[in-house]
Formats: sequence, structure tokens, C-alpha cells
Amino acid sequence: MAYDKFNTLRSSAVPLPIENVDTDQIIPARFLKATERKGFGDNLFRDWRYHPDNTPKEHFVLNNPIYSGKILVGGKNFGSGSSREHAAWAVYDYGFRCVVSSFFADIFRNNCLNIGVLPVQVSAEFLDKIFKAIESNPDSELEISLPEQTITILETGESEGFAINDYKKENMLNGFDDIDYLLNIKKGIQEFAQDTPL
Amino acid sequence: MNIVIFVANRKQVFFIILNLQAYNLLNRTMSKTLFDKVWDAHVVQHIENGPDVLFIDRHLVHEVTSPVAFLGLKNRGIKVLYPERTFATADHNTPTRNQHLPVKDKLSANQLKALEENSKAHNIPYWGLGHEKNGIVHVIGPENGITLPGATIVCGDSHTSTHGAFGAIAFGIGTSEVEMVLSTQCIMQPKAKSLRINVNGNLSIGVTPKDVALFIISKLTTSGATGYFVEYAGDVFRNMSMEGRMTVCNLSIEMGARGGMIAPDEKTYEYIKGREYTPKGDAWEKAMEYWQTLHTDEDAVFDKEISFDASEIEPMITYGTNPGMGIGIQNGIPQAEAVEGGAATYKKSLQYMAFNEGDAMIGKPIDFVFLGSCTNGRIEDFRAFASIIKGRKKADNVTAWLVPGSHRVEEAIKEEGILDILNQAGFELREPGCSACLAMNDDKIPAGKYAVSTSNRNFEGRQGPGSRTLLASPLVAAAAAVTGKVTDPRELMELQTV
Repeated sequence: MAYDKFNTLRSSAVPLPIENVDTDQIIPARFLKATERKGFGDNLFRDWRYHPDNTPKEHFVLNNPIYSGKILVGGKNFGSGSSREHAAWAVYDYGFRCVVSSFFADIFRNNCLNIGVLPVQVSAEFLDKIFKAIESNPDSELEISLPEQTITILETGESEGFAINDYKKENMLNGFDDIDYLLNIKKGIQEFAQDTPL
Repeated sequence: MNIVIFVANRKQVFFIILNLQAYNLLNRTMSKTLFDKVWDAHVVQHIENGPDVLFIDRHLVHEVTSPVAFLGLKNRGIKVLYPERTFATADHNTPTRNQHLPVKDKLSANQLKALEENSKAHNIPYWGLGHEKNGIVHVIGPENGITLPGATIVCGDSHTSTHGAFGAIAFGIGTSEVEMVLSTQCIMQPKAKSLRINVNGNLSIGVTPKDVALFIISKLTTSGATGYFVEYAGDVFRNMSMEGRMTVCNLSIEMGARGGMIAPDEKTYEYIKGREYTPKGDAWEKAMEYWQTLHTDEDAVFDKEISFDASEIEPMITYGTNPGMGIGIQNGIPQAEAVEGGAATYKKSLQYMAFNEGDAMIGKPIDFVFLGSCTNGRIEDFRAFASIIKGRKKADNVTAWLVPGSHRVEEAIKEEGILDILNQAGFELREPGCSACLAMNDDKIPAGKYAVSTSNRNFEGRQGPGSRTLLASPLVAAAAAVTGKVTDPRELMELQTV
């Protein structure tokens, strides 16, 4: 399934300065029972966001109206644990298009890239600057330029580069997905398979 | 290699360093790691400054991460390219009681029905509830000979790393990638960096493969191996049974690694020989020839290498909310200052567990024991558990859920007389599935309760909303089950030998 193109994103951000946010927190397993990809945003951070009786936990950042935006900023080692793509779907479905952290777990990063959510890895120092900027002004905007591979705190003008491989960058700029690519080289794959025993 | 370094002259030192680099470069081109050999043999296409197109030999599918992928195929109007390389089972959301009855939970039943229908529509073997080959996806793969040395194996489940025990490259993928494999038998990923973890020496009594893995994770942290593919090497893994190797490789993901693998040897061949999906006759001989080349070349260079001494390892238990927060069972909970990473996150974790810095783990009361999962749901795990509880009684304050990894494991438990031992001690056996490891079914640890669990994750709410998990080996779980508190299993083992 092709996804939204990503070029430049300018938005305020939601801060989650907690380390090792695992995918069981992003979306608990009991909400993985759908057979279609819809509605996962409602259960994003379910158990941090709601009490067992489904009333909102007012101290959790998603329930705090002063924070909003299309960028989620998380602590080190974001997305560890289960390979559930539902975690990336929940992030997307809630309305985020970019996750910023100083370190991402592998599978979560891949899953994000595969559905059009841009994972932006910054230095620990720069992450700290972002958290501070949002803390002093929740409306602080970040600008993420995929063509330039930069992230900028607009208030201060501080900027840092981020890495993404050329192939994935091209895909995100154009909204292409890997399946399109693979289907295009299917003949080569089938030839390869002939020489590869079961 | 002997290198004489002349420090008298700066130019000469520079010259020698250059030579070393050239030597390493040469080595890399000539010598390969086990991971290199298997990966390189499956690259269909390399994209410059991008991923490799990697061919997947065998694909395991379950009910939770596959429906959206099948829907993707339907929307594109395409069929599964190689159904004969694809195997489906039901395990994640299934009940562990009364499996002969219709599944009560509507959403779970719906996912199971979707998998059954999708498997049928695409000609994929489906081992649903009640099928003799049904069980946890990472238990039935090896049982049926789907898991082979040198193969690439994926599944929409992070514990796919289990299959690395056979010298396969095996790792978990997301649903988009499940769709890629169903439609083209390939995924697109950059090659990971290589990390070798050596553990040499002999393990002490009461120290199991689970303890080895929890020990390594506690040293590396949950992100210490992110970006790497691990090879486990050294005496400890050579001497380990295949099931033990599966436990170790299973937990690779818990230190962030993509996967972990162990070079195949006689134990590997003996385990897989004659199983349903292993090669037979001439094909077996040919495969054996190839498999015997699957070891890291002596002078191959890893991106990173770490070594531990087996004698350092004690029975382990976790005290926090990630698998890296583990300690030797006789130790106290570390102080926040002594732990790498943010103190705020650490304190939040202890608060969730209602533990304090400096607390001893021994003697902490517990409420539940879970024996099972793709980590510790095999016959050797049940044997270990039975060895401790034999002749004892389940503690009154403990609710125990003993869940075999598959019907084959369940049968072996009965055949070996382990079921009688369990029943005499006041335990009952459930039917196979992932169960309380991720609590998608009814097996949920209640909020605030403590569970000593042989599974793989102690994340907040992992075993049920508000549940508190202490990860440990089957021996530690058994000791807790009969004493009702965290207990060093070695004390009970000594008693038995008297």
C-alpha cells in the first residue's frame, strides 16, 4: 500500500521524555485483535493514557491540551520489544507523521519507514534541547526537512542533521513502498528461488 | 600475528597502522562470519546506499500479525508466491483451556477464522487449534524440521530469533514485511553489523540457558545490541542442548539485536534429522555438505566482540520493567546511581513494581507462576520444573499456569510421567499457546500481582494491565511455586540430593 509523501514537516511536538518506551506501552497486546488496519490511534499508549475504567489519566501528555502536533518526541531506545507494526500504525493513526528520539529499536524504526512515519534520530544533546524548548514553550515548532535531512528548533534556529539511506529517502519523498519495488523485480526473484532449495 | 611496532619514529607507527587496516580489509574479503555466509547466500540484489533484497527460505505466519498483510495481497489482486515455503499456526490469542470448544472471544475467533480462510485461499498448511502440530510458532518450527541450518526464516513476531539456534538467520518482521514475503518471498533490509558474544568455562549447578541470556542482557542493556546480529560462541553454547540454544537465541531481541545464531554441529544435525520438513536421502547428504561450511572462519572480524566467564553467572531474576533489569537472585536491587541511563526512568520502573532500591529479591512474596512461552515452553523446561516440585506441594498463595509450547510438548509431558509429578504436587497442565506471555487471551495476571514468569518480557502490563513480572528460569519459577516467594532453587536442589 503506497503511503503519504513526506517532504518537509513543520509542527509543534508532543514530548515523552521516558527511556525504553516499548511497543507494549505504545499499544498493549489486547488491542491487536483487529483484522483491518484502522482505529489503532484510539489505543495509542492506552494504559498510560486511560485508567482501567477508561477515564483519561490527566497527567499523561496526550491528555494535556497544551501539547499537540504531528511530531512525537521520545526518550532513548524508543520502540523496543515486540515487532507489532500495530505500534507504528497507532502512532500514525493518532496523527503523528514523525517520531524523534536519540535511539530507536530496529524493528520499530523499520516498521515506521514502511508505513510513512519518519523516524528521526538525533544526538542525546539535541534531544535534550528539544525537550527544553517544548518545556519552556509547548507551542515551539520543529521543522523536519527530509530533502535536507535536517531537524531544526525554529525558536532558536538550532539544527542537526539526521541519517536515512538514499533508497528509503526516495521512497518517502515519493510515497513508494517496498512491495512495489519487489513486484517489479519478481522475475529475478523467481530465478533466484529456482537455485534455492526448500 | 606478531607485529613489531617501532615507536621511535612517527612515520613508522603510521605506516604500521595502515598495514593493520589493510590486513583487516583483506580479512573481511577473504574470511566470513557465519552471519555473512548465510546472509550473502540470500542476497537477490544489493541496492547502493540502501537495503539488500533478501530471499526468505521459510516464512511462519500466525493469526495476529498476518490479516492486514493478506488484505494487502487481496487489494493488489495477487496470490502468495511460494505457499510451500509458508506455514501457519494459531498461538497468540488462543485459549489454554477447552480448545475443543468454539473460541469465546469474538475478536480472537475472528482473527483465527481469517487465518484459516487466508491459508485455505492461498494453499498454505494451517495448523489451527486442535491440530496435532499446533503450538507456539517458534516451538513448532524446529519440531517439524521447518527450521534448518543456513536458512533465512522470518515471522511477524520478534522472537523469531529462536530459530537462530540451528545456524539460521531468523528474525521478526512487521506486517508490511509479512506482506512482502507473502507476495515476493523477499524483504528489503540493510545488512546488520556483527557481534560475537563468547561465554567460556562451565556453568554452575542451577544455572540454566535462561540465566545465561538474562545475564548477558543485564550486562548489555535492552538496547546494547541494537543494529547487530549476534553469534553466540564458546564452551557454554557448544555444551548446551538444542532447546537451551533456542532459549538463548530467543532472547536476543531483548538486548535489541535483530537476531542471534549459533553455528550448527552434530547436536543440530541429530535434532533435525528425520523431521517432516528436513531434506531426505540425497538432498540430506547435499545439505550436510553445505551445513558443515556454516561456521565463522577463524580470522573473520566482527564489528564488536564481547566475552564473559561462565563462572560469573548465577540464577537470575528481573526486578524492573525491562529484561535488562536483571540480577543474580541473591543480590539486592541496584541503586539508581549505579545504573546506566536516566534515573527518572529507573525510579518510575521500581515504582511500578513497588520495589525499593537496595531490596533483596530473595523472600519477596509472589502470587502467580507462569511456565511456558516460546522462551521456556519446551520439554526440557518442564523436566527442570518437575525436578524441583517433585515430592513437594504448590504453595497455597500461588496460582500456577503451566502451558506447554505445543501438543508435541504436551504429549511428551504425559509420556515421561511429568504430568503425574505435576498433579501430585497440586499443579494442572493447560493446553498449548502463547498464553500469559503477552496475555492476549484470558490468561492475564491481575493488576498489582506478582508473577514469576519463564517468558521473555517484564514490560509494564505485558502479562495483563497492571501486572508485575519477574522473569526467571523454570528452576526459579518452580522454587517460587512451591515456596510462595522468590527462592534460590539451589537450596531446594541440595535438599533433594540429600
